[in-house]
Amino acid sequence: MAFLKRSPWILHYDASSCNGCDIEVLACLTPLYDVERFGIINTGNPKHADILMITGGINELNRAVVRNLYEQMPEPKVVVAIGACAATGGIFRECYNITGGIDKVIPVDVYVPGCAARPEQIIDGVVTALGILEEKRTKMRGNAQTKEEARHAAGEST
Amino acid sequence: MPKRIVVPFGPQHPVLPEPIHLDLVLEDEKVVDVVPSIGYIHRGLEQLVQKREFTEYVYVAERICGICSFMHAVGYCQGIEHIMGLEVPDRARYLRTIWSECSRLHSHLLWLGLFADGMGFENLFMRSWQLRESVLDVLEDTTGGRVIQGTCKVGGVRRDIGQEKLDEMHHTLDPFEEQCRDLGDIFLNDDTVKYRLKGLGVISKDEAYALGATGPTTRGSGVAMDHRETGYAAYGDIGFKPVVETAGDCYARCAVRVKEVYASIDQIRRAIDQIPEGPLDVKVKGTPDGEYFSRVEQPRGEVVHYLRGDGTKHLARARIRTPTLANIPMLVKMLPGVQLADVPVVVLSIDPCISCTER
Ligand code: SF4
Repeated sequence: MAFLKRSPWILHYDASSCNGCDIEVLACLTPLYDVERFGIINTGNPKHADILMITGGINELNRAVVRNLYEQMPEPKVVVAIGACAATGGIFRECYNITGGIDKVIPVDVYVPGCAARPEQIIDGVVTALGILEEKRTKMRGNAQTKEEARHAAGEST
Repeated sequence: MPKRIVVPFGPQHPVLPEPIHLDLVLEDEKVVDVVPSIGYIHRGLEQLVQKREFTEYVYVAERICGICSFMHAVGYCQGIEHIMGLEVPDRARYLRTIWSECSRLHSHLLWLGLFADGMGFENLFMRSWQLRESVLDVLEDTTGGRVIQGTCKVGGVRRDIGQEKLDEMHHTLDPFEEQCRDLGDIFLNDDTVKYRLKGLGVISKDEAYALGATGPTTRGSGVAMDHRETGYAAYGDIGFKPVVETAGDCYARCAVRVKEVYASIDQIRRAIDQIPEGPLDVKVKGTPDGEYFSRVEQPRGEVVHYLRGDGTKHLARARIRTPTLANIPMLVKMLPGVQLADVPVVVLSIDPCISCTER
């Protein structure tokens, strides 16, 4: 990670996890790991965020909250599911109140394994997410361009 | 009379690492009433005892909460050991104490950081978390896990700490304590901190007692209640005295935690000095039949694990009463009269741990 083209902002949400992965996400922001030096900033506002870092297996009450947060984030956006319980429900899989993974509710782009996931793994997940974010951005720009060109072509012919 | 408005606080809020929802009833900027609602992290872990064998449930107990995970394991294991009449070897009791106190250190430093962040003291937040990393290094070195340790089991502990490592820990305690005292000095003596915290969210001793609050939250109001006094694990051997403050405001609760950091360092030092040689575990034979209330002092207060076995591999019932649940009524009492801008600080002052609360 020599340099980043942009400064992605992250939104962190705890969707029914045990907290273990959440404090590791926070640890990424503090001096030892310090992702802020790459321009990655933790924001509390979904409308400012590019990357959603989410932990936990999502319970019934959290479903609506998670979907709401996801929908409020502007495109392009990437979702990073952190920890075993975010991927499949993990140790909570058989609990009566657990949906069983983030991808049951919103689309997930990157899965970070571990229970608890280590900060190094989480940073690795964010870096992967950055690549995907860039791809999505190019695609969006591409789409916008083709539309623009199509409109141009149509305009010229008439 | 000014018009009343209701402002929702949470579940997703920048100062909260975990979701809790409060409806704040305001008159202008002043809070007049609070209605808390919880349930965003409820997973149903108590019922899981019927699906996991009693020895395996330790892993689930550890994941009730990622911050005090080791102490949940200790609470659960002590309960089962009592029901089955298992005598835990001395060395295991000491190791449990050392790891428990390390967990308390990392939890308190984590809280001090979050609290500083809630006050808007970013620099202090970073410093607290930097110090916390050295505790996590020790935990990782000795158990293999940073936040989830997995070393406690029914009948003892799973790993030993070698004499060499113990000596090394003993050596690093002095410089570490010095750093902690530097940090604690800011929390206790800085003018900005005092200005923000003194006289905020006051709860009297009687109120704290009547509301049934636990842990540093109640010790800040002058109630000298700490479950370590009963001497579970090795606390009986190494001696223990609770840290108490009397003012009952946010500053007092903060001071209790700062001083408990010093106390924990002292406990670890004494435990390392006195730790006996010997086996690490006893063999677990049979299944639990009977019931027990197992109580352990966590960083946030007293946790109660009620366990009932009926002679099968699966427990019939587990009930876990966690400290934050006991402290929420106190929070509801603290908030009325507080300015909206101070709400995050007051909420954080009870050290809410929502994954514990909702299990
Ligand atoms: S993956 Fe494990 S450590 Fe992480 S939040 Fe889930 S249960 Fe906790």
